[in-house]
Amino acid sequence: MPKYIEMPKLSDTMTEGTLVKWLKKEGDTVAMDEPVAEVETDKATMEMSSFDEGTIYKIYVKEGDAVPLGTKLAMVLEEGEEAPANADAPPADSPAATPAEEPEAEEAAPAEEPSSAPTTASGDRVKASPLAKKIAQEKGVDLSGVSGSGPGGRIVKKDVVSATGGSAAKSAAPAAKTRPTPASGEDQRLPLTGMRRVIAERLLESKTTIPHFYLHIEIDAAPMMAIRKQINADAEKSGGNKFTVNDFVLKAAIKAATNVPAVNASFAGDAIIQYGDINLAVAVAVDQGLVTPVIRSAQHLSFEEVSVAMKELAEKARTKKLTPDEMQGGTMTISNLGSYGIDFFDAIISPPQSLILSIGAIVKKPVVNDRDEIVPGLRLNIGLSGDHRVVDGAVGAEYLAALRKYLEQPVLMLL
Amino acid sequence: MSQYDLIVIGGGPAGYVGAIRAAQLGKKVACIENDRAGGTCLNWGCIPTKALLQNALMYQNMQHKAEEFGFTIEGLSYDWKKVIGRSRNVSNKLAGGIEFLFKKNKVDYIRGTGSLAGEGKVSVEDADGKTSTYEAKNILLATGCKARDLPFLHFDGEKVLGAREAMLLEEQPKEMLIIGAGAIGVEFAYFYNAFGTKVTIVEMMDNLLPVEDTEISKALEKSFKKQGINFHLSTKTTAASVTKDGVELTIESVKGGDAQTIKGDVCLVAVGVGAILPGGCEDLKLSGRGFVETNDKYETNLPGVKAAGDLIGPPWLAHVASFEAIHAVESMFDPNHKSKKVGLFPGCTYCHPEVASIGLTERACEEQGLAVKIGKFPFQASGRALAAGDSEGFVKLIFGEKYGELLGAHIIGGEATELIAEMGLAITLEATWEELENTIHAHPTLSEAIHEATSDAFGHAIHI
Ligand SMILES: Cc1cc2nc3c(=O)[nH]c(=O)nc-3n(C[C@H](O)[C@H](O)[C@H](O)COP(=O)(O)OP(=O)(O)OC[C@H]3O[C@@H](n4cnc5c(N)ncnc54)[C@H](O)[C@@H]3O)c2cc1C
Repeated sequence: MPKYIEMPKLSDTMTEGTLVKWLKKEGDTVAMDEPVAEVETDKATMEMSSFDEGTIYKIYVKEGDAVPLGTKLAMVLEEGEEAPANADAPPADSPAATPAEEPEAEEAAPAEEPSSAPTTASGDRVKASPLAKKIAQEKGVDLSGVSGSGPGGRIVKKDVVSATGGSAAKSAAPAAKTRPTPASGEDQRLPLTGMRRVIAERLLESKTTIPHFYLHIEIDAAPMMAIRKQINADAEKSGGNKFTVNDFVLKAAIKAATNVPAVNASFAGDAIIQYGDINLAVAVAVDQGLVTPVIRSAQHLSFEEVSVAMKELAEKARTKKLTPDEMQGGTMTISNLGSYGIDFFDAIISPPQSLILSIGAIVKKPVVNDRDEIVPGLRLNIGLSGDHRVVDGAVGAEYLAALRKYLEQPVLMLL
Repeated sequence: MSQYDLIVIGGGPAGYVGAIRAAQLGKKVACIENDRAGGTCLNWGCIPTKALLQNALMYQNMQHKAEEFGFTIEGLSYDWKKVIGRSRNVSNKLAGGIEFLFKKNKVDYIRGTGSLAGEGKVSVEDADGKTSTYEAKNILLATGCKARDLPFLHFDGEKVLGAREAMLLEEQPKEMLIIGAGAIGVEFAYFYNAFGTKVTIVEMMDNLLPVEDTEISKALEKSFKKQGINFHLSTKTTAASVTKDGVELTIESVKGGDAQTIKGDVCLVAVGVGAILPGGCEDLKLSGRGFVETNDKYETNLPGVKAAGDLIGPPWLAHVASFEAIHAVESMFDPNHKSKKVGLFPGCTYCHPEVASIGLTERACEEQGLAVKIGKFPFQASGRALAAGDSEGFVKLIFGEKYGELLGAHIIGGEATELIAEMGLAITLEATWEELENTIHAHPTLSEAIHEATSDAFGHAIHI
């Protein structure tokens, strides 16, 4: 019996996945648990592994195609096993695929398949309610450009109504028909990736429903830089862990949150949820977006443990190996654009959290010291965006004062 | 002390369903109940009343329709105790079923009265007065509601009755007064009248079943009048006295006029319900009318405490309670769960003819300024209804004028409560008249009336 590799459920809310990249091609052998493809879910891009071993005989789903959970992606044959006669097409129970782009996929629909075969990669069925279709037709909205909020991504009335506000949805030509080779000056229409869609939804929700307010401080980074130099010089010799500036910021942010726990909380309608653990989310830029892996129960971790945990999570983010679990349940977030040369910025809160810190670059600049002399200083700008329903200005200021204390006197945070 | 992921207080349609859902998600769950699993619905509400109503319908058919069908029944009589007894047996059978479901899903079923005992703690007092305390990461309050009485007329269990007593009467009353013409009042009116009790309903609003579409209420009023049920609409009860032989009510039209007195052996007060709060809820935030306030995730103002079911306010319906509990529990354990409050739900009344509806009434469409198209089809014109000898009532469907989407469905007739399911699916899927018209409905069935009412709305019904 041939086995099939199917689109797995990689997150709780996932209903379909986009096959980003095949790591194997037809004829390759696969071992059990060996990664075979990269798949993009609504949350992130991750690798999926084979549950069987054998040889990939046939691949059914092209790179870039979005398919429902359970869709058969490829056929795997055991050693010595003969391919069945109909191996060129996925068996009929595989759900239909919605092509992401370039549906010139006639090749995927084999000629000998009976006419009752499901629409394969070439079918361009849009899941939309009858009412949504009628409104779309009347208003000239192209449904292939509308993202559905109904069950299984089905487009419902409210999606079309909100799309009619934006001109993007009004484009007359169906988006996916031709490969864009735009003449100069022509606009391009780039379909949203799952991650981009989630970023768009979450940040819009945040900015429109959370009353943001912003506080800024500039701290003296010189003591921290001096200590970091000492520690890393020693690590160089002993082969120990090296610490980044960000590690200092993370540790200081955690320590400060244990002093001012009011910031580690969520607004919950008619109550405030004060979290027992500090689950620190850290924004990490990845290809085409960003992810926020979470350092869990961070209040129990030593400086070194924080640093090691962060390195592991960042590496997993880069190699797309983060599990959904590692990206959930953050109670506050840090975003650091220092290494991008940004001096100073404000960030958008990630709901349901109430606080995000925005960390700029360490900059050398003139400062006035205690004796009213102008001297060169190493300065770091930090912003705090708070949900005013939970964190008042004074509480935010108290938190930033604690953060300043730890960053300017780093020995305190090692206690 | 055992540590639970979830303790549910109350074992009704909210509580037992929430407990089982959490267990299905792999959580360690306990459900505390001080009466009997299944709650009001199964023991003192939906189920036992439907059993009684079936008795009433059967008796009415034998009395009034047997001859038409060619039967001669002589000496037809009934044993009141057995009528009541059958209703209790149906409840007993189902209650055992819930305990089995608890076992199957490994929910700890704890008998006793639960109270909140500080954050993350629940204490339970069992029947012997012994108290044990349990710890839980989450608590779901699902303690339901109980019947409300009137300031001048208190339940006494004998002459002034709530629904619970009204379904247990050992002797059939000769004359019954009913205050309130919501689903409960109307169902008991139908039941007692069918068995020959003289029934008089007093309702402050303008119609029987005031939340329903007015046209439906009017049709029910016509039918009830024919069956011999008396009712005073737009009428307030202003005073009452309980005497040796019964209850006397002073009633007054809300439009003015002289007060009048009506008498009965007993009086059923069916004017609404009030929340039952477990002990330890002193800091719990309540709405003005005493129901527990919750947000979209069913969280109360107390950390780690959610609430679902009747006690969070109307609509007080078992299917709504279960839906709420499932959303409360799923959002407890899945931070990305998109939980929502109940917006669209079917409402059913099981008298005869039955009444069922979902979505907007014509009145609500007017209030919202919606342009609509309305289609109707009477069961008089339905082959199946005539064959069944039950052709009272009609289907009324309301569509948006511009796009033809189904906005509301209102049915009065023999099997209205079963027919409404299709209408719920249609609205949920945002179906328009075209999908309804293009769906082939089997012939002969009552559901054809839905098909025809759809066509009627757009001017091309075949059979009227
Ligand atoms: C006569 C009548 C007919 C009805 N008919 C229908 C119908 O046809 N269709 C419909 O949808 N709805 C009907 N209802 C309404 C329906 O019964 C309720 O909506 C439903 O039962 C609500 O469920 P719940 O779980 O919120 O509360 P309940 O079912 O009331 O359950 C609450 C449970 O909690 C227990 N409890 C309370 N306090 C404590 C405590 N401190 N510790 C432990 N346990 C406690 C109670 O004993 C009870 O078992 C009817 C109601 C009545 C009264």
